[in-house]
Amino acid sequence: MIEGILIGLTTALTFQNIFMVMIGCFFGTIIGMLPGLGPMTAIALMIPITYGFDPATGLILMAGVYYGAVFGGSTSSILLNAPGVPGTVATSFDGYPMAQQGKAGKALAIAAWSSFAGGTLAAIYLLFLAPSLSKVSLSFRSPDYFALMILGLTAIAAFSSKGQFIKAMMMVILGLMLASVGQDSLSDITRFTFNNMNLTDGISFVLVVMATFAMSEALTIILKRNDPTAAAKQVSLTELGSIRINKEERAKIIPRTSIIGFIIGVLPGAGATIASFLAYGMERNFVKDEEKEKFGKGSVHGLTAPETANNAACSGAFVPLLTLGIPGSGTTAVMLGALLGFGIQPGPRLYMTNPEIFWSVIMSMYIGMVILLILNLPLIPYIARILAVPKNYLIPLILFFSITGIYVMSFNNFDIYLMIGIAVVATFMRLYDFPMPPLILAFVLGGLMEENLRRSLLLSDGSWTFLWDRTLTACILATTILIVGWQIYKTFKSRKI
Amino acid sequence: MNINTTKIISLLFFIFSVFYLYTAYQIQVFAFDENAPFNARTFPIYLGYAGLFFSGLKLILPDPNTIKVEHKTLEYKKTGILVLIAIIYGATILKVGYFLTTSFFLIGSYYFLGERRWLLMFMLSFPFVAAFMYLLHGVLDIYLRDPFLKLIGVMG
Repeated sequence: MIEGILIGLTTALTFQNIFMVMIGCFFGTIIGMLPGLGPMTAIALMIPITYGFDPATGLILMAGVYYGAVFGGSTSSILLNAPGVPGTVATSFDGYPMAQQGKAGKALAIAAWSSFAGGTLAAIYLLFLAPSLSKVSLSFRSPDYFALMILGLTAIAAFSSKGQFIKAMMMVILGLMLASVGQDSLSDITRFTFNNMNLTDGISFVLVVMATFAMSEALTIILKRNDPTAAAKQVSLTELGSIRINKEERAKIIPRTSIIGFIIGVLPGAGATIASFLAYGMERNFVKDEEKEKFGKGSVHGLTAPETANNAACSGAFVPLLTLGIPGSGTTAVMLGALLGFGIQPGPRLYMTNPEIFWSVIMSMYIGMVILLILNLPLIPYIARILAVPKNYLIPLILFFSITGIYVMSFNNFDIYLMIGIAVVATFMRLYDFPMPPLILAFVLGGLMEENLRRSLLLSDGSWTFLWDRTLTACILATTILIVGWQIYKTFKSRKI
Repeated sequence: MNINTTKIISLLFFIFSVFYLYTAYQIQVFAFDENAPFNARTFPIYLGYAGLFFSGLKLILPDPNTIKVEHKTLEYKKTGILVLIAIIYGATILKVGYFLTTSFFLIGSYYFLGERRWLLMFMLSFPFVAAFMYLLHGVLDIYLRDPFLKLIGVMG
């Protein structure tokens, strides 16, 4: 492991990679701040640029964008009560009341320190857990992988949208259907191309991400007449108050909430949103009655807990990606897609075949956390001014980055039309609360899922008994059945009420 | 049964799944692969049935969390114009080139979204695109096809 850490440090501490972490954190913070534009949009917009770098640098840049966006989301939660990302909704419960009491600077400082501590601790857990899990996951066979992918897709559908499990499952199926377009990986037989040569290689992953996130989010903002920056005009961003905090305010809570956040982040489909809510709820139960009364009115505990947990969950989400090659969230699915674009297959062998990527990402997390703290704490009042950028400029620039991203990849009009078409459909579906992250995860996993199902069925001579022949597969499948069962139970329970 | 837009979307998805399933059955596989436990059409067929199952379920089950969208409040005109500008941008980018089309796309989008500060619009289009092109083409070495700049001798 020491050797790996050294490899990681050597790669992560190059001038270029440190610079990339800085750019990633800065850009991520800005995008994350803008309500409605989350880490997936930020990473999607960065993908075309990452193709100009080597894979390690590209992934380091995307990781920087990821935790930058989560931190940026907390800034708009605190200042405007408008969470930039779902993972920072719980932050606004106590962060915004603090800002209203004239303690915005203090709230932002607590958020920055908590994010730093949560992220750093989680990176340490990742450092110890990832190599061990990589070794364990070497024993995984195709049926286990297939079952694990079913679990991941079911879990993300279950957690992505409250009470919308069937809708989310429809999006999963749609994602898998889109992934099936193009040549079959084994036989090279073309499927669903309708004799269109542009579809022979399938639909580009970047195209689907740009269309369903960046572009459709921009169109949704216009369609709904939302102005993500309007609230900023009502707030004086330069009068934030003191950013001084004392140790007591951040000491006890951080270790326990970082563990919760990390564990939730590792679980497929869960992620920063659930982690932050769970940490908030748990902390409320832990504190004395006197402190409990302060929750929702500007409690330091209530702000520290979700902020620590959501950043810890971001690091946790890298565990299944790096060790199993299976992303646990929409954001890490985007990263997996980008890695596949580099020709790198994350998974248990990544640890051996590309140690520089595996370790440099983990090491860059520490550097990223330090940079986030250095960058955000003193620069918050200035960065927050970005919230005042009018949407008349913001939206065209998002569309410009999206179309450029596709243009530089294919130099093909058809891809631009296809992206616009998918974006329009996605915009319409968003209006009716059809969640997009399950679609992306399914699209990324589609090829791998088919490959593992193929192997499993061929090995078992066409019999579906492979699903319960191995204990591990059966356990994973049982968990999936439990999740589905729980969703069905909840659906019927809500109908009775 | 109460018909709402979510149900209509589910019905469209159901029809799409029928079409997908039909197309999946039409996939030509090699003769020796026809009766294999798994071939190029196996996975799409499962997906087609799964699509029918979930969209059918959404159609049949009552929807307690009905989402109502106030269509009158939606900004269809501006959204439509933006989509149209994007289509024109896509249609001209290869022939005219990246620099000109992107700059005009940005100016057009700013204008139709209600911006009238021409100097700012100009600054955030032509010079901005030039700087971005330099970043991609000059710094990151990402090739950008531009017949117009090639014609006037700016790009090699």
